[in-house]
Amino acid sequence: MTAVAAHTDHHDDHHHAPHGLKRWLFSTNHKDIGTLYLWFSFAMFMVGGLMALVIRAELMYPGLQVVDPEFFNQMTTVHGLVMVFGAVMPATVGLANWMIPLMIGAPDMALPRMNNWSFWILPFAFTILISSVLMSAFGEGNPSAPNFGWTFYAPLSTKYGPASTDLFILSVHMMGISSIMGAINVIVTVLNMRAPGMTMMKMPLFVWTWLITAFLLVAVMPVLAGAVTMMLTDRHFGTSFFNAAGGGDPVLFQHIFWFFGHPEVYIMILPSFGIVSAIIPTFARKHLFGYASMVYATASIALLSFVVWAHHMFTVGMPLAGTLFFMYMTMLISVPTGVKVFNWVATMWRGSLTFELPMKWALAFVVLFTCGGLSGLMLAMTPVDFQYHDTYFVVAHFHYVLVSGAIFSIFAAAYYWLPKWSGVMPNKFLGELHFWNSLLSVNLLFFPMHFVGLAGMPRRYADYALQFADYNYWVSIGAFWFGLSQLIFVLVCVLCAMKKGEKAPAAPWEGAEGLEWTVPSPAPFHTFDTPPVVK
Amino acid sequence: MQSTLFRRVTAALTLLLVSGVSVASDWTERSNVNLRPGVTNISQDVFDLHMVILWIVSLIGLLVFGLIMYSAVAHRRSKRPQAADFHENVFLEVFWTVVPFIILIGMAVPATRVLIAMDDSSDAELTVKVTGYRWNWSYEYLAYQDDNDVGIFYFSNLKTPAEQYNRPILKDGLFPYGTAADRVGAEPTEKDSTYMLAVDKPLVIPAGVKVRFLVTADDVIHSFYMPDFAIKKDAIPGFVNEAWTLVPEDATGTYYGQCAELCGKNHAFMPIEVRVLAKNEFDSWIAEEKEKAASGPDLTPFSSLESAMELGQQKYAAACVLCHGAEGQGGIGLPFAGTELMTDPSRVQENIDVLIKGRNAMPSFAAQLTPREIAAVITYQRNAFGNNTGDLVQPADVAK
Amino acid sequence: MSEQGLEQRNQRTVRKLVLGAIAMFGFAFAMVPIYDVLCDITGLNGKTSSTAADGVVELDEDRLITVQFVTVASEGMPWDFKPQVRSVKVHPGEITQVNFTVRNPADSTIIGQAIPSVTPGLAAPHLLKTQCFCFNNQTLAAGGEAEMPMIFYLDPALPKHINTITLSYTMFDVTERVMANEDKLAAR
Repeated sequence: MTAVAAHTDHHDDHHHAPHGLKRWLFSTNHKDIGTLYLWFSFAMFMVGGLMALVIRAELMYPGLQVVDPEFFNQMTTVHGLVMVFGAVMPATVGLANWMIPLMIGAPDMALPRMNNWSFWILPFAFTILISSVLMSAFGEGNPSAPNFGWTFYAPLSTKYGPASTDLFILSVHMMGISSIMGAINVIVTVLNMRAPGMTMMKMPLFVWTWLITAFLLVAVMPVLAGAVTMMLTDRHFGTSFFNAAGGGDPVLFQHIFWFFGHPEVYIMILPSFGIVSAIIPTFARKHLFGYASMVYATASIALLSFVVWAHHMFTVGMPLAGTLFFMYMTMLISVPTGVKVFNWVATMWRGSLTFELPMKWALAFVVLFTCGGLSGLMLAMTPVDFQYHDTYFVVAHFHYVLVSGAIFSIFAAAYYWLPKWSGVMPNKFLGELHFWNSLLSVNLLFFPMHFVGLAGMPRRYADYALQFADYNYWVSIGAFWFGLSQLIFVLVCVLCAMKKGEKAPAAPWEGAEGLEWTVPSPAPFHTFDTPPVVK
Repeated sequence: MQSTLFRRVTAALTLLLVSGVSVASDWTERSNVNLRPGVTNISQDVFDLHMVILWIVSLIGLLVFGLIMYSAVAHRRSKRPQAADFHENVFLEVFWTVVPFIILIGMAVPATRVLIAMDDSSDAELTVKVTGYRWNWSYEYLAYQDDNDVGIFYFSNLKTPAEQYNRPILKDGLFPYGTAADRVGAEPTEKDSTYMLAVDKPLVIPAGVKVRFLVTADDVIHSFYMPDFAIKKDAIPGFVNEAWTLVPEDATGTYYGQCAELCGKNHAFMPIEVRVLAKNEFDSWIAEEKEKAASGPDLTPFSSLESAMELGQQKYAAACVLCHGAEGQGGIGLPFAGTELMTDPSRVQENIDVLIKGRNAMPSFAAQLTPREIAAVITYQRNAFGNNTGDLVQPADVAK
Repeated sequence: MSEQGLEQRNQRTVRKLVLGAIAMFGFAFAMVPIYDVLCDITGLNGKTSSTAADGVVELDEDRLITVQFVTVASEGMPWDFKPQVRSVKVHPGEITQVNFTVRNPADSTIIGQAIPSVTPGLAAPHLLKTQCFCFNNQTLAAGGEAEMPMIFYLDPALPKHINTITLSYTMFDVTERVMANEDKLAAR
């Protein structure tokens, strides 16, 4: 980087922040990398959302009107992959990058250069994945993009997967490496770089939840890597991991995949728990209720997440002992999750509540995530799961926890911390518009899915029997409404990025506690070069 | 102001949520918002369990949401300028850890009981092997009472005609089927309640008798899902799973199910139809089918091109349309309209061979279609889609 | 804390975590033999052993178990594959032979591999075979026919609540796979 004449505006800056393309390509700054992750995840959210709209356009009426089923399957597959690996996970990593050093009083992440690499792998990984969709839509002969569901079960993916499957495998490996490196970075930073006086039990809960998430990532992303590698060798190198003819077992794939897959969903939601645990106390002007229990509950959820994976596979033909074990373990995981919800309510209780935008989103999260969690408890009951499995009831469940759960918490985090990131308050009118439209549309979109699922509509269906028609119509309306509402948020972010808005003080939210509010808004390029002392 | 309106809206929304899951307690009633009770004892048990759990989670939800709504109103800044100070309460924390745990045990007990009952597939009178394919099912009757060699085997395809579901509004690229306008003359017939559900040859089982299904698959994982019997069992290639049902004697009728595991392009187009007959009717049905199977394939020649075309079109719609298109335009499979294989009279035998033995991705249809049906289909292919060869293929040509 | 010290502590932690990640990658692969072993012991996936049993067993005359035979020809496998009897009733410990007929109607040699599957899965470790065509590949020339024997017995430790067992064989076409392996061996 070219040295520029020293020019200090802020006490913490030693030199000008770098400018231009180099600033972003070669950044080793946790704030810039956090910004990169956040914008990237937002772009992926839009791309994945577009695919969801193709799906909902097709499903609005019975019949095949918009796309043929082959392309429809590609849409459901890539929508899932992009949302899970491209929208939710990078967003939470972006939040981690931005906020963890600020929250623990560290100058940056422990491994800043690895941090850069962790991010920059992602655009390449997703270019590979999305290029297969573009080829499918516009290419000669319409070669299929991955079309086997985001869960890519064998032998559909191994024996019948299109050529783009191998690109998909490469893409997944790249995303996995990015996540593992990011997680290692978080763990090392949190364990080794807290400001003096900040013991583990004094850390903000967001840092705790991310620490635990990072351990989950290091533990299970390699297992996903193993699964896709086995897929690759089954496809091209004559192995038979999942091929009965060669002595293998397709169900083995499901075990390996879900051993990754279940902790993966907790990886997606634990940071959200941390976000909400930061926001509610601020706007209730009251400390988080039961901090220690919250830590233990999060750790229990993480541990239990390793022993529940087969609840995604209740119908494969597991013997009784297996189904009973997994049913009990899955039911058990609702206990620590419930504890967290009750603790949030208790935090609100007899506080002094105001409902600025971050609090609105956080409360919407608590209510709607609980709704999703309760449908999850229903899904845990094996005999009834036989009726719910692979129907829209499951789709409703996971969208409640992921969209009105994880995504809403990410919006909450954005509205909460945008003043710190950009130096201006997010536009209140637009924010309110975004919130209320999203809240109403998300429910119109996903609540009826419970009904059609119970009534028997299977998932990943391009067309359906007539009894499911009315609810599908309304779901599609909700989808378009929800999609349009997110454009409001684009505007909010762009306005903040352009610094158009009410100037934000260092601590814009009365009642907020935490080291991040002791630095100016926007946060200077370098912060905490000298660690603060925490009492 | 906010409080009254807010409370009213909250109350209304909550009511809406709860009413949306109103109970359909009638044995045979089918709600389109709730799980159906189905027709067997097991399915009724499963439904009851579902309702119990639903009530429990609804009450928990209402409690939590109620507390949140209440707090949002009663503890807002304008009412309480000073927040309370507590952030710990050991009793409460223990309480809301232990009480949910107890509720869970309460839920686990009946669930365990039902699961154990579902697991017992012994002493079935009828055993049927169900095999999933891309994209249809086959049923093979293996054993019925003392008859260990029933030997009835047939395929079951979606019956909904292509012109009812294939109505693309755009063509090319993503939408290769052509526009609806291209299909002038193929007006959509009214969709009825069996749209996407009815099949050409349903699975037939007797009422009042325990039936065991051996579920497997030919290619990828499918799933045999019959909501009215509370059955969902994955069909895994190379492995056999079992499921069972006992439909009560008063519940004869037709029930529909669907494939419940993504299996490729036409995952949504391979439904399951089960016709439950009274036991004596089933006995006659099975005797008839056995006779048909034993007497060998029907090789009655077609009297005219038209009669062959009629049967051929029917069979084409059931077995070929999904891959080769309703106009022979192709898709996953090769096109037929105006192709050499279809119009060159010296290639009729090749045409027959492809259907009997399969070729590359095209599976063999020797098991799925009788020689007469194959002859009809080939006749149809060679004379429809503008081919007009005038070739009439007879069953005898196919059977040799 | 010194810059040096922090650097060292960071590196140590990174090392441990990287090792952990690599270990978990290895664990994914280790899951394959673990799965096989667990399934072998418990029969959870319904597979019977692929090696011959020794046939040393006591007869239990009080129980009579129905063993049903089901055959499946996998996708693209043209063989006619049938059991000669649909089911037999045996006592645990009783050594029984069942024959399966197989015919190759295609006009080329095909090598088949039969893969067994037992339901209920818990019965699988108790269904022991002293001889089975499923232990090896079976080669049939064009138009060829064969009678394939399978000799088995039920171990008396079969759980008491099981009295019907279904043994299914799926016949797969492994001609290509076997030829490819032979080519590789020949090339050595």
